[in-house]
Amino acid sequence: MSTILYLDEITSPLDEHTAELLGLGELLEDLMVVSAATPSQEALAELGRAGATHVVVPDADLGASLAVNQARLLVAAVAELEPRVVIAPAAPLETEVLARAAAATESAIITGAQTVAPDLSITKSVLSGTGYTVVRPRSGTAFITVEKGAGSARELQDAAPAELYPLPLQTSAAAELVRTQPLDTGSRPGLETADVVVAGGRGTQGDFSDVEDLADALGAAVGASRVAADEGWIGHEAQVGQTGRSVSADLYVAAGISGAVQHVVGLRQAGTIVAVNTDEDAPIFEIADFGIVGKLQDVLPQAAQEVRRRRG
Amino acid sequence: MSTHSGAPLKVLVLIKYAPDPQFPRSLGPADESYRLDRSESVLSELDEYAVESALRLAESRPDDEVSVTALTMGPEGAGAAVKKALQMGVDDGVLVTDEALAGSDALATSRVLAAAAQKLGADLVVTGMTSTDAETAVMVSMVASRLGRAQLGLADAVEFTEDATGINGRREINGSRNDYTVALPAVISVTDQTPNPRYPNFRAILAARKKPMATWDLSDLELRPEEVGRAGSATTVVEAGNVPSRQGGKVITDDGEAGLSLVDFLQERGLLRLDGNASETAAPEQEA
Repeated sequence: MSTILYLDEITSPLDEHTAELLGLGELLEDLMVVSAATPSQEALAELGRAGATHVVVPDADLGASLAVNQARLLVAAVAELEPRVVIAPAAPLETEVLARAAAATESAIITGAQTVAPDLSITKSVLSGTGYTVVRPRSGTAFITVEKGAGSARELQDAAPAELYPLPLQTSAAAELVRTQPLDTGSRPGLETADVVVAGGRGTQGDFSDVEDLADALGAAVGASRVAADEGWIGHEAQVGQTGRSVSADLYVAAGISGAVQHVVGLRQAGTIVAVNTDEDAPIFEIADFGIVGKLQDVLPQAAQEVRRRRG
Repeated sequence: MSTHSGAPLKVLVLIKYAPDPQFPRSLGPADESYRLDRSESVLSELDEYAVESALRLAESRPDDEVSVTALTMGPEGAGAAVKKALQMGVDDGVLVTDEALAGSDALATSRVLAAAAQKLGADLVVTGMTSTDAETAVMVSMVASRLGRAQLGLADAVEFTEDATGINGRREINGSRNDYTVALPAVISVTDQTPNPRYPNFRAILAARKKPMATWDLSDLELRPEEVGRAGSATTVVEAGNVPSRQGGKVITDDGEAGLSLVDFLQERGLLRLDGNASETAAPEQEA
């Protein structure tokens, strides 16, 4: 039985999350990729070496139709290939496409898988990371979105590039993109992929310069609590937590962040957590590997200076 | 210049009665199918944004007849979520409740919600960005799929198009801010970047008592018991539990040198690269 990996877009080199999904091993028998956009020759070669034989693409331009026609493509591919499983990275667009296709085919949808066993027992986090469930699909095809960290990129083999397989598609009415404007991400690393993140909250009192200074000393991305983003102290794209981004950093420095459950859920994949807060009862100290009761305005500049000094 | 055609517009907000994240939440034992304890539940915080957005859409067209209905599916107590929406200002509410619904997964739930949207003849269905308990964020797509409608998920801002035949919505995707237009009928979800939900005042709370609230069971939706609940679901929960929380480590109080202690800690843990490369590549302006 075949497996479908759905990707809204395919970059070359493949991004880390995609490479991990391609490393899910025995799950990926007879792997076909389905993509809304035609990948480059380099990407086809890479997918081939990662074990995919074909990339199914639409013969029509899907534009930015927000899931409607991407799901039609996926449903058509599922009808043709009858896969046991359709997987995709747990990202907003892919989740929409898989959910729409699952409803259209009366199939199981399981989102945010942290582990996927060969028998399709899936572990996922619920209740903001305070609980977990193990779920098993019962339908012929199961649609599963997979979090980062569920697999590990496998070694590429010598293999022919994946072949394009255009699928005829009747598109239907969908949301239309009328304007697009790139957001300025600056020179710092991306929040979700950074090795180190320094984040600020209410305790910054609106001034993120100390947070940014330590971030630059550590080569880190800048994050924020929901309060800080809602107050407009920093862009919403910096928000970490349930309604923001999840980080997978080795080090997360939470400065002036109390540690509400909605924030902490974004730290599930984080390594070491350091907290600086004036309130010794702040819940962040319950999960921090190292906590400092004090003002971030004192501690962060001193630490930044010391990091630079030790680096010479 | 164009205006709305005149037919009344029906907006349906799908809401969830979910455990209040301010209290400890836990899953039940296996012989109760790991059902969530809903004793401390509320109108899901993220669904309040959906109610607010629906109300603002209706208020933006005072000359048109735009009605807003809030609907939830759940046990009888879930009516509390509908009452909250009525207090916020929706015109009427529906509670879909039936013993057979227990244990419905996303697939079965979407079947019920789509049937309800159909029965109400909703032109626009609005949901929150995700539930605060299951956190799957799939309902907007699944309901849209079952209704055969276009969708605009995770909108940070929404408004009617000038002629009120569609919705303009803004959404962030892959580092871009995109503006979309979707024609009605449609299904949308809104994020917590949309305007903050209003607090009902005393008058609104009193007024809500007089608003109509219907209770429907499966027969009202022409669904059979085997199409919903565990029987109508495509997933089985085989195990569930609570995740042990992380253990906190050492906490010190700043004596004027805590910044140095912090750097010591990072160095001990091998989290401080002293080759200086990280700093130079990430922030070239620091070296300039």
